[in-house]
Amino acid sequence: MEKLLAINKLSVDFTLRESTLRAVNKVSLSLDRGERLGIVGESGAGKSVLGFSIINLISKPGRIAEGSVIFQGEEISAYSYEQMRRVRGDRISMIFQDPMMTLNPVLTIGEQMRESLKAHMEVSTAQANEICLEKLRKVYIPSPEKRLEQYPHEFSGGMRQRIIIAISLLTNPAMIIADEPTTALDVTIQAEIMELLLELCETEQMGLILITHDLAVVSQVTQRIAVMYAGTIVELGRTEDIITHPQHPYTIGLLGALPQRAGSSGRLNQIPGVMPGLARIPRGCPFKNRCSLAAEICATKPHLRKSSSGSEAACHMVGTEQSTAA
Amino acid sequence: MLVRIRNLVKEFDITGGWLDQFRFSGGRIEREKTIVRAVNGVSIDIPEGRTVSVVGESGCGKSTLARTVMRLYPPEAGEVYYREQRIDNLSSKELKPFRTRMQMVFQDPYASLNPRMTLGKILREPVHFHQPKLAKGEVRDRVAAVMEQVGIDPDWQSRYPHELSGGQRQRISIARALTVEPEFIVADEPIAALDVSIQAQILNLMMDLQEEHKLTYLFISHDLSVVEHISNQVAVMYLGCLCELATAEELFSGPRHPYTQALLSAIPRLGKRAGHERLSGDVPSPISLPPGCVFHTRCRHARERCRREIPVLSEVEGGSRVACHGVEEGRI
Repeated sequence: MEKLLAINKLSVDFTLRESTLRAVNKVSLSLDRGERLGIVGESGAGKSVLGFSIINLISKPGRIAEGSVIFQGEEISAYSYEQMRRVRGDRISMIFQDPMMTLNPVLTIGEQMRESLKAHMEVSTAQANEICLEKLRKVYIPSPEKRLEQYPHEFSGGMRQRIIIAISLLTNPAMIIADEPTTALDVTIQAEIMELLLELCETEQMGLILITHDLAVVSQVTQRIAVMYAGTIVELGRTEDIITHPQHPYTIGLLGALPQRAGSSGRLNQIPGVMPGLARIPRGCPFKNRCSLAAEICATKPHLRKSSSGSEAACHMVGTEQSTAA
Repeated sequence: MLVRIRNLVKEFDITGGWLDQFRFSGGRIEREKTIVRAVNGVSIDIPEGRTVSVVGESGCGKSTLARTVMRLYPPEAGEVYYREQRIDNLSSKELKPFRTRMQMVFQDPYASLNPRMTLGKILREPVHFHQPKLAKGEVRDRVAAVMEQVGIDPDWQSRYPHELSGGQRQRISIARALTVEPEFIVADEPIAALDVSIQAQILNLMMDLQEEHKLTYLFISHDLSVVEHISNQVAVMYLGCLCELATAEELFSGPRHPYTQALLSAIPRLGKRAGHERLSGDVPSPISLPPGCVFHTRCRHARERCRREIPVLSEVEGGSRVACHGVEEGRI
């Protein structure tokens, strides 16, 4: 498989008055052409910051402190602002959470679509309209000619998110980063949007990075999953492996906390405590304070290594007897 | 039955200002109002010690139903009985003794706790209000006891809500409801704002408290897998109307109403690739409800009768109650 994206030991720092907080800590990931990867974690895990940092959308006081992002063989993390602007929304598109916030309420859908198209391509208005209509059909917007002249408030939440997806498709990107694209939507709409994203990725051979807190959603759409906790990847592997045989105690806890995993009316598996704030991440393993298996060795930082199930886990205890007991 | 809800109707006037009510039509000025019918004739029985959940998508009226049962909104029509005593028409003064027996937990623990009050003050306030004669020491003991029960260190009474995490705040909201020793708790999306691992903590806590205090819950949620886990009975709402009312096992193993079927098939399941039933179109506006069955505009089984006649909840085999002409005629 052709490599589309490689993230090497990427760290993102936020410099505050007294201290520097590390939101993403030496994360390495790669994505093949047409591959779908899920980044899962709870709020504050750093998953959105990681997604933003790929296209350098980190604003002050944040900055990429170290590491590199290689996209289609080019080191885009070293690009200037202008070079990066040409990559964003062209070869890499991003979809955000709230479809009402990302569309401009005072411009028609057509104006907004043409605007982003013309930012990347020399096209006449007539040509631009053609492309817009084609993409709107692709996301199953009925009567697109009429819809092009309408404003965002005339669309429902699910329709707006389809339009955002249509906009992200305008330039035929090689990769889409979707940050919680269905969190603001109802389940029936969420199922439609996810099906649409999946279908588009398959037909257009697009890479997808899906950032979400919802393990069930991610397990339906992606081929691989990266589980993040307190700025680091704690487990990385094929979706089936992680869902059926999670290795890292955090992943085990997270899956156990889902009501659909527990038997009816039994107690849910709960992870004690809360994720530490960025200023209070413990030395060594970031999860050790909430982990039932924590031992002395956890004072040193574990690195991702292959486990028996095929996935990689950053835990000293994986592969030892205690972890199979858990 | 602890609580009986009978044909409850709640409407909101969204006409706006007085001047907005006037329209000029046919050479005359007419006054007209725009009414949203948020809850449209809902009947539910809530047995003691059980959990009854109300599910539905945003805008279906589930939160309005919860607030109307609690009399935070006065209903337009219908009745609410608490232990066979009618409470929907009581004055606020007459209602006060019932307020200690029914309490509410809200969705957003950031918005429902006063940021300028310490935890101790937040928890003492309901006791002072409902039992002003209680001695100071007794109040202090009770507050410490409920904090202990919800898993918050009683020494934290002098802290403020901003010092707590989301999960801890929701524990305090639950503790606040418990301070007056209620029997019935209405929880409106109590875990929607929380992370998965914290959701599990709060759900476990709610289930433990139910067992310990013999609490009865009316649980409002959009998260079907959570509802499946904690409820005895589930009511499915669509556009202010009840579509289906069944035990959790019945509903999740064999949903009967076409809307319930579509809703359940949309739940993302771990590892299973989506194969959901697609609903055509969007939810119609509650300002002008479709005639007949409210779901007919999106239902693939809809026939002429569904467009004319409003279906009523009727019992089907297995004990579920379904409001659908198709089910009644035996064609679904």
